[in-house]
Amino acid sequence: MAPVATPFFFYLLSALMLVGGILVITRKNPVHSALALITTLLAQAAIYLMLYAPFVAGVQIILYAGGIMVLFLFVIMLVSIDRSIKERQFNSQWLIGVVAATALGGLLIAVYTKGASLFPGGPVTVAAEGDNTQRVASLLYGQYMFSFEIASLLLLVAIIGAVVMAKKRI
Amino acid sequence: MREFIQYITSYLGSNQTPGTAGNIFWVVVYVLLVFTGISLGVIAMNWLERKILAHMQVRLGPMRVGPHGLLQPFADALKLLLKEDLIPAEADSVIFWCAPFMVVLAAFTVFVVVPFGPTHAITDMNIGILFMLGVSSLSVLGIVMAGWASNSHYPLIGALRSSAQMVSYEVAMGMAVVSVILMTSLNAVGTGTLSMIGIVQAQLAQHEWFIFKFFPLGLIAFFIFAVAMVAETNRAPFDLAEAESELTAGFHTEYSGFRWSLFFLAEYGAMMAASSIAVTLWLGGWLRPFPNMLAGAGWDQLFSFIPGASFLFLAGLCFYSTARMPKHPYFRIQTIGLAGFGALLGLVGLILFIPPVRAWVQDIFWFSAKVAGFMYLYIWYRGTFPRYRFDQLMKMGWKVLLPMGLGILILTAGVALYQQNLWHP
Amino acid sequence: MTNQNTLSHVDLETPEKPFLDANELVINMGPQHPATHGVLRVILRLDGEKVLGLECVIGYLHRGVEKIGEHRTYTMFNPYVDRMDYVAAVSNGLGYCETVEKLLNVEAPPRAQHVRVILTELNRIASHQLWLGTHALDIGAITPLFYTFRDREEILKIYEKYCGARLTTHAFRIGGLQYETYAGFEKEVKNFLNFFRPKIDEYEELLTTNRIWLERTKGVGKISAQDCIALGVTGPVLRASGMKWDLRKAQPYACYKNFDFEIPIGQNGDTYDRYLVRMVEMRQSVRIIEQALGALPEGPIMAKVPKVMKPPAGEVYHSIEAPKGELGYFIVSDGSTQPYRVRVRPPSFVNLQALDLMCRGQLVADVIAVIGTLDIVLGEVDR
Repeated sequence: MAPVATPFFFYLLSALMLVGGILVITRKNPVHSALALITTLLAQAAIYLMLYAPFVAGVQIILYAGGIMVLFLFVIMLVSIDRSIKERQFNSQWLIGVVAATALGGLLIAVYTKGASLFPGGPVTVAAEGDNTQRVASLLYGQYMFSFEIASLLLLVAIIGAVVMAKKRI
Repeated sequence: MREFIQYITSYLGSNQTPGTAGNIFWVVVYVLLVFTGISLGVIAMNWLERKILAHMQVRLGPMRVGPHGLLQPFADALKLLLKEDLIPAEADSVIFWCAPFMVVLAAFTVFVVVPFGPTHAITDMNIGILFMLGVSSLSVLGIVMAGWASNSHYPLIGALRSSAQMVSYEVAMGMAVVSVILMTSLNAVGTGTLSMIGIVQAQLAQHEWFIFKFFPLGLIAFFIFAVAMVAETNRAPFDLAEAESELTAGFHTEYSGFRWSLFFLAEYGAMMAASSIAVTLWLGGWLRPFPNMLAGAGWDQLFSFIPGASFLFLAGLCFYSTARMPKHPYFRIQTIGLAGFGALLGLVGLILFIPPVRAWVQDIFWFSAKVAGFMYLYIWYRGTFPRYRFDQLMKMGWKVLLPMGLGILILTAGVALYQQNLWHP
Repeated sequence: MTNQNTLSHVDLETPEKPFLDANELVINMGPQHPATHGVLRVILRLDGEKVLGLECVIGYLHRGVEKIGEHRTYTMFNPYVDRMDYVAAVSNGLGYCETVEKLLNVEAPPRAQHVRVILTELNRIASHQLWLGTHALDIGAITPLFYTFRDREEILKIYEKYCGARLTTHAFRIGGLQYETYAGFEKEVKNFLNFFRPKIDEYEELLTTNRIWLERTKGVGKISAQDCIALGVTGPVLRASGMKWDLRKAQPYACYKNFDFEIPIGQNGDTYDRYLVRMVEMRQSVRIIEQALGALPEGPIMAKVPKVMKPPAGEVYHSIEAPKGELGYFIVSDGSTQPYRVRVRPPSFVNLQALDLMCRGQLVADVIAVIGTLDIVLGEVDR
C-alpha cells in the first residue's frame, strides 16, 4: 500500500498529540483531561499505524483508549468534581518538576544528536505487511520470553494488590 | 481526464479490495456504498423489529403510515429531525455535543474491514479482527461521555453500568475470538491470520465453518461470543444501560431529536457490526452453504439463483398481501403502495438473475442473509427474556463466560497441536 | 415477636460507610417514572447501585375520597370507591356494599351473593393479570404484558355487557344488585374460564422456569411473616411468607363459605414466591367461579332496603380479601343519611410500608421488582 501524504498526517497527528497532552495537564475538569488523554492516545495509535506497526496500534486502541481510559473515566465520574475544580492546579513542587523535565529533555536531545548512528540513515525496509503480528508474537514468545513473563507476573501482583486493597474482607 | 478514467478502470480487473489496492476512488465509492447499505439496513431493522416484536406479542405493530406501516421508519426519522434539540442547561455542552458522534463513529468505522465478499470490502487489514474489536470498544467512550455530560443521575448510572458491562464482556469475547485465530493457523504454513478475509478463506480451505470445527469447541466459542455480543451492544436481556423500567432511558435520557437518532443509528450499526464479526469468524462469512460438499458448476449455478429467488418470494408475499387488502376506497392508496413495493422487490429480484450481477452479488447476499439471521435473534431475545440484574450480569461475564473462554482457548490449542502432530499426550 | 427487634435494622440515620468515599447518591425515582406504577415518588439513597434506604412520598393522587364520603348519602358514595383501586373496582364496591349492609343489618339474597362472588373473582383474575403484565415488564420481559392484556379484555367485555362500564364498574348496590344478569351471562363466563385456563399455563411457560426470571426474583425483596404482621402487610405478600391468612376463609363474607378452594402459600417470602402464589390464586379463582356458576340460585337480586337509607347510629368495620390484600371499611353513622366518617383501609397503602424493609441492601433493579411485586395501585394508596 502506497503511503498517502505522509508528512502531512505526521504533523497533524503530532500536533493533535501535543495539544491533547497540554490539555490533559491544564484542564481543571478531570473528565475533560481524561478525554484529552484519549485523543492523545488515539493519535499515538495512528502514528504507530504510520510506522507500519498495525498490531501495536490495535493493541493501543483496545487497551488504552477502550479499556484503561474507560476505567479512568469510571472512577473520575464517581468522585466529586466540584472539589477538584477548586483545588490548585500546580502544586509547590514545580521546581523539582522543571528540573526533571529539563533533564529528560536534555537526555532526549543528547541521544538524538550523539547517537545518530543508532538510527538508520534512509528509509527503512519494511517487512511484508502480513508478517507484522507474527513477528511481534515470535519475538515476545521467543527471544524475550523471560522478560515477557516477568512483566505478566508484575501485572498479576498488581491485580492481587488492587483486590486486597479494595476489598475490606476477602 | 483520461488518466483519471484509467485510474478508475485500473482497479476493475484487480482481485484485491480497493483499500489494499490503494485505489482512492474506489475506496470512496465502497465507503459510500457500505454506509448507504448500513443506513438502509437500520431503516429496515427499525420496521422489522417493530413488526416482528408485535407479531410475537399478538399485536399488529405499525399499520397506519404506508401499507403495513412500511413508511413508519421514514415518518419517525422526519419527526426526529424536526424535533427540538435540547441541551440541558446544566449539561457539559461540548461533551454532550460530541458523545453521539463518538458512538456513531465507533459503530460505523468498524465496517471498514467487514468483508462482504472476497473483494467486496473497503479494505483488508492484517489486523482486521483486532481493529474491529478495538474500534467497537471505543463506542463505550461515547456512552460514558453522554452519561456524564447530561449531568443527571439516571444517565450517569446508565453510563457506569454500560462501561463496566462492555469492558467486562470484551474479555470473554476476546478469548472466543483468539480460539478462532488459533484455528486459522491449521494450514501448511502453520501461521494464522487476523485478517477478516483471511479468516473466511481459512474456513474455505479447511472445508468447514469454524462453528463446527473441533466439535463442540467451536460451537462453545461461538456461544460465548454470541452472548458477549448481545452484552456488548447493550441489547435485551443485557440492556441494563437503557433499562427503561429502572433508568427511564439510561445514558440517553436527556437526548432528543437528531442527537437521539444518532444513538439509535449507532445501536443498530453496532448490532450489525457485532453480527458481522460472528458471521465472519464462525459462519463462513460470505461463503454460500456447502461450498465444498456441493461443489461444482451445477451447484454454483443453482445457489446463484437463490438471491433473486428470495427477492421474488418477498415480492410474492407483497402481492399476496395486496390481494388480501380491504377493498374499501380508503385503502386504495395503501394497496397501490404495497403493490408498488412488491413490484420493486420483484424488479430487484429479476435484476439479480442477470448473470454478471448474479455473480457479483451472491457473496454479499449470503453475508447479509447470515447477518439478518442474527438480527432476528436479537429481536427474538428481546421478545422473550426478562432483563438481567447488574450483579448477575457481571457474575455471568467474569465467572461463567471468561473461565469458559479460557478453557476453550486452551483446549483448542491442545487439539490443534495434537492434530498437527506437534504434541503427543 | 417484638416489633422493635424485627424492625431495628430499619434505621435511616446510620448508613453503611460507603466504599472509597464515593459520594452517596440520592436519587429521586418518580413521581414520573415508568416503573413506579403511577405517581409514587421514591427517594432512594444509593451506594453505587446498592440501596442504603428509601423513603416513599405519596399523596400525588390524593382526591379526598374519605372526606367526600361525609358529604354524600350512602348510595351516592358507592361509585366513588371504584376510583380507589381502579383495577379492582368490583372488589372495592363489594367491600363498601357489604359494610353498609352490615350497618343496616340486611343481607343480600343468595342469587345476588353468587353473582357478586363471580364478578369479584373475575376481578381478582383481571387484577392479577394486570399485575403480572406490569411486573414482568418492570423486570424486562415485555411479552407477558400483551398476553395478559389480551385475556383481561375478555373479562372487561363481560363487565361491559353486565353493567355498561369496563373499569369503574359500580356493579353492586347496597342490598344486592341493580341489574339481573344478561342473557347468556353464564355461558360467556364459562367460555371465558375454558379460554383462560390454558392461558395461565401460557404465562407460566414464559416465566416460571425462565432462568433469568428465577435469578431476578428468587431471594429478592424477602420479608418474613413476622415483619409482615408487624407492618400490617396482607394479601398475597403475607401468604407468600408462609402465613395462611385469607379473609375468604378466615372470616367468610358473601357466600365464600359454600365454596371449596385452597389458599396457596409460599415459604421464602421472596418475589418468586409471591409470583407463584398469585398464579395459583388465579387458578383458584377459576375454581370458585365454576362452583358459583354451578350453584347459581334463582330468586330475587335485591334485599329490602329503604329508598332513603338512615342506618342506626353506630360504627362498623368490615373487611374483605381484595386482590391486593385486606380491604377494610370503617363507617361511623350518626343516624343521618350521610356517613359521619368513612375510613378505608386500603391494602396497597399498608403494603407499601414494607417497601423500605424489603429493598434495603438490594440493588436498584430490585427496587423496581419489589414495587412490582407489592402490586400497589396509587389510586388506592393516596385515595
